[in-house]
Amino acid sequence: MRSATPWSDVLSYLVEATGETLYMVGVSTVIATAFGVPLGVWLQLTAKGGLRPNPAVHRVLGFITDLGRSMPFIVLLVALTSVTRLIVGGSIGSTAVIVPLAVGAIPFVGRLVQNILSEVHVTVVEAAVTTGASTLRIVRSVLIRESLPALINAIGVTVIALIGYSAMAGVIGGGGLGDLAIREGYQRFNDRILWSTVAWLAVLTTLIQLGFTRAARASDRRRHASV
Amino acid sequence: MITVENLTKSFQGVNALNGVTLDVEAGTVLGVVGPSGAGKSTLARCVALLERPDSGAIRVDGTDITALDGSALRAARRQIGVVPQGDSLLRQRTAAGNIALPLESAGVPGPQRRSRVGELLDLVGLTDKAGAYPDQLSGGQRQRIAVARALAANPSVLLADEPTSALDPETTGSVLTVLDRARAELGVTVLVVTHDMGVVRKICDDVAVLEQGRVVEHGKVLDLVSDAASRTSGALLPAVDLNPINESSYDRVADVVLVGFAAVGALLPEASHRFGVELNIVGGGLTRLGETPVARFRLGLNGERSDSALEWISEAGGAVQRSLKGPQGVAA
Ligand SMILES: Nc1ncnc2c1ncn2[C@@H]1O[C@H](COP(=O)(O)OP(=O)(O)O)[C@@H](O)[C@H]1O
Ligand SMILES: [Mg+2]
Repeated sequence: MRSATPWSDVLSYLVEATGETLYMVGVSTVIATAFGVPLGVWLQLTAKGGLRPNPAVHRVLGFITDLGRSMPFIVLLVALTSVTRLIVGGSIGSTAVIVPLAVGAIPFVGRLVQNILSEVHVTVVEAAVTTGASTLRIVRSVLIRESLPALINAIGVTVIALIGYSAMAGVIGGGGLGDLAIREGYQRFNDRILWSTVAWLAVLTTLIQLGFTRAARASDRRRHASV
Repeated sequence: MITVENLTKSFQGVNALNGVTLDVEAGTVLGVVGPSGAGKSTLARCVALLERPDSGAIRVDGTDITALDGSALRAARRQIGVVPQGDSLLRQRTAAGNIALPLESAGVPGPQRRSRVGELLDLVGLTDKAGAYPDQLSGGQRQRIAVARALAANPSVLLADEPTSALDPETTGSVLTVLDRARAELGVTVLVVTHDMGVVRKICDDVAVLEQGRVVEHGKVLDLVSDAASRTSGALLPAVDLNPINESSYDRVADVVLVGFAAVGALLPEASHRFGVELNIVGGGLTRLGETPVARFRLGLNGERSDSALEWISEAGGAVQRSLKGPQGVAA
């Protein structure tokens, strides 16, 4: 029986792994948002009763989106190896994990966004149409602005989900907190590292969730208005 | 000026509009009334360019707007202010921000936009609510902001679909006042859809009655009320036969509609005086259509020249609708 890892070492493990996790999750969230929001907008515009209804386009987009969502992340991780190599010039390490994370999250974000945008009441959208606003303006000033609080919450949900998926990053040497808990903690029977990581993950996800909830509330103009 | 010609529109086999023809003169208010499902909203949505009719034409100031696309369509939409049925304000924008939306669509620069928004807030009497969000406004205030938004880009035409249907009578008054001011102060041509004859009574110059996608009655309110057979007179004028009367105590009994201050005030006493007949009001009453007093009375007349008196009333502009007790003393 060896002695427990000193707390100072545990701390430096955690700091490094947290950096890796935040890097992987942060960049893939940005990418997933950049592509997922337009995807969601496109899905909603082409939907029945949307601003540009187009059943054919909508069905094809919807099929691809749901196919992407149904793919287990671990499969994406290995299936996308060659694509990843093409994009980031390597197939292992934190950077390489970003590609499958982002690809997996785009359809996830797309559906969330579409559902949220479809909640904007049709009368409100039509009122904007009657002002002669262009479709782009309506998307920006009405669909997205009216649902901004819900959209921010959806990005928060995405971040938490991606933290979960990033735990599998160890498979291709991506590191991060999940990998730390599994490789250094679980597989080496190092309870101190395992439980510290688990506790820190709980704190981290709670903090992130809290941050997004705050941001969503701040963007909700209905709450803090002067009468 | 709006002209609707032979408009048809169907939804999956349901004929919502079956050849609707009507017009609204520049600077007047037309009320479109009719039972639920008659096609009122479909008509309004076609004129608002939210729905494309199957056939027929809609002209706004002479131009057919039914076949427009792209930027021409958006430009035409700016010429037509719309107050949609139901809550339509952006909840994440202030009252002022909502009114500014059409000005943003039209590319009006910031400073001009702000001064125009100020004018409109003043027009609808909500200057003190500029910074309030829709959730902080009452239903009537929200509708007034919706009217202000519809008027922001200086449209020549204003459409309102059931603007008062969710409001109590008092708030309804404030919204109708705003529509009336739009016509009076901005010269806008107004088409208002409603199932509330009170709206017609208060602000409409003309009325069109829609039933099953057809116009079954269309004309000036003040003309239609003089026609006993019209639906409009039945709906707007006081009932005459609330109290059964003893017809045998009169030589003649007749219903008469009088329109305007002069007719209501002077016609009956003058007839009585000229022909030396005793003239009693035995039923009916007085109402007001817009600013105009209108009366429907049931008259009981006694005297030899009762028929001449009724004839004279009719020639002097009163509408003698029916003689219940005719020259032979028989109920007609
Ligand atoms: N988008 C639609 N799809 C199918 N049917 C419709 C649609 N809009 C209206 N209708 C039908 O057309 C008829 C007229 O409706 P509408 O114009 O809303 O009447 P109103 O406003 O007078 O109550 C109704 O039978 C209604 O069910
Ligand atoms: Mg309706």
